[in-house]
Amino acid sequence: MSGGGARSLALHGGVLALLLALHFVLPAYHHGNLARIMVLASYAIGYNILFGYTGLLSLGHALFFAAGMYGMGLAMRHAGLGPGPALAAGLAAGLAVSAAMGLLALRTAGVAFMIVTLMFAQAGYLALLYFGAWTRGDEGFVIQQAERILWGIDLSDPGNRYLAALALFALCLLATLWLVERPFGKVLVAIRENEERARMLGYNVFAYKLGAVILSGTVSAAAGAAYGLLFGYVGATFASVQYSIFPLLWVLLGGAGTVLGPLIGTLFMFYLIDLSSGVTSAYMLVAGVVLVLVTLFAPQGLAGLLRARLWRWLP
Amino acid sequence: MTLLSTRGLTKRFDGLHAVEDVDFDLPEGQVRALIGPNGAGKTTFVGMLCGRITPSAGTVAFAGRDISHLPAHRRIGLGMAYTFQITSVFARLSVAENVALAARRKVRGALGVRRMVARSLARVGLEGQSGQIAGTLSYGHQRLLEIAMGLAQRPRLLILDEPTQGLSEAEITGFKALLRDLSASATILLIEHNMSVVMETADRVTVLDFGRILAEGSPAEIHADRAVQAAYLGTA
Repeated sequence: MSGGGARSLALHGGVLALLLALHFVLPAYHHGNLARIMVLASYAIGYNILFGYTGLLSLGHALFFAAGMYGMGLAMRHAGLGPGPALAAGLAAGLAVSAAMGLLALRTAGVAFMIVTLMFAQAGYLALLYFGAWTRGDEGFVIQQAERILWGIDLSDPGNRYLAALALFALCLLATLWLVERPFGKVLVAIRENEERARMLGYNVFAYKLGAVILSGTVSAAAGAAYGLLFGYVGATFASVQYSIFPLLWVLLGGAGTVLGPLIGTLFMFYLIDLSSGVTSAYMLVAGVVLVLVTLFAPQGLAGLLRARLWRWLP
Repeated sequence: MTLLSTRGLTKRFDGLHAVEDVDFDLPEGQVRALIGPNGAGKTTFVGMLCGRITPSAGTVAFAGRDISHLPAHRRIGLGMAYTFQITSVFARLSVAENVALAARRKVRGALGVRRMVARSLARVGLEGQSGQIAGTLSYGHQRLLEIAMGLAQRPRLLILDEPTQGLSEAEITGFKALLRDLSASATILLIEHNMSVVMETADRVTVLDFGRILAEGSPAEIHADRAVQAAYLGTA
């Protein structure tokens, strides 16, 4: 383990520096893609806290992503808040929704937990459609350019948007890096590895799992709120089951329980779909085949493979 | 002073009386062995002590306090430690991290935890393996790691569920010495099948049979007890 701290700081700092450097050299198309990927990877980081580190498989994270997005968007649209307070409203919505869902869903475990989270998310999605008068349902609503100026920075400008996405991603990445080295993060891993043993060491397993759900849900909500603000659109698609499955796939692909895995998985999957959809309309088939191959040959994901083969110290 | 006592402790599974109306007292500082044939209810009994199993009836008191309604983690927090019958370490974490997880409940600060980890591993003789992944240790060493995790919690009561199961003769000899060493700092409740371990380490022995206490006494008394011989020793 010794020396791992310095090396991991160098690696993750290097990745952030690379992302910053790409801001200056990428052509517009990829520059735009990468901004989107970084926000989605922040969502995946949130998902990874619960799935990768605590070992709880949720199929309802779209609820948290959408809570952040709609918490932000509705606060702007109906309460006339500026982008700063609206972002805070999105975070608060994510916190409240994840705390409520955690308290209820954590009474179950395993497959039941998956089903309960899925049902909560579906209920949230249907509620968005039902209250269409406020949420504009499936159609969603656009956040005007004038409403996207935060502290004098126009977030609809591609350059600013990229840097804002990078700032969010860096914050999430460094926070996870810090978290997994703290006693709290280590207890989460202990719960993932052997919940009964963790309980019999005197840890209040329920409280830790609830903490993980809230943390994971709030980070996901931050990504959702940022996504709405940066790309100027809030819609119910982001609450659909698809957006609960995506972070699971990204994290599985990139490496569950690794700090870099979410970025790698999101990047890989985004470009896999992007490139294959240019070749064939059956691009989801290509994505599916690649997923099956990764699951067969690198079940720990790409970053997990790196950890197993090259860098034992990878957090 | 009595550290742990139960009154009328009972557990029924679908009409089967796994533990039946057990009154049990364990004075502080004692090494108590709990023996009995397979299925006598030993693991169920200690499971009710540390909160893994909810009793059907009866009470458990620890250090003068009724803990019958406390969840397991609160009981552990009061100073109990439990080592599992079936080795249950965190197999994919390092040996040191396994012990650190146990130590962090009692010790604050990274330095203090590191010291406690080093001390606990040294006491069981695993100091050389601290960086190894726990799942790659030999079975005997995993048993020792379990005990190191128990020690790192600095418990007032250490419950060891068949700690010598699957150990070699040499490892058992080492374990007996370790147990005598541990008894200076903690009260020990030991579920054990190996009679030489019981005879050489226990201050007193309680025999469970069909969920009831069949006999209780010094190792020599138990060894001489006809009813115990009939129920247990004779079949060994």
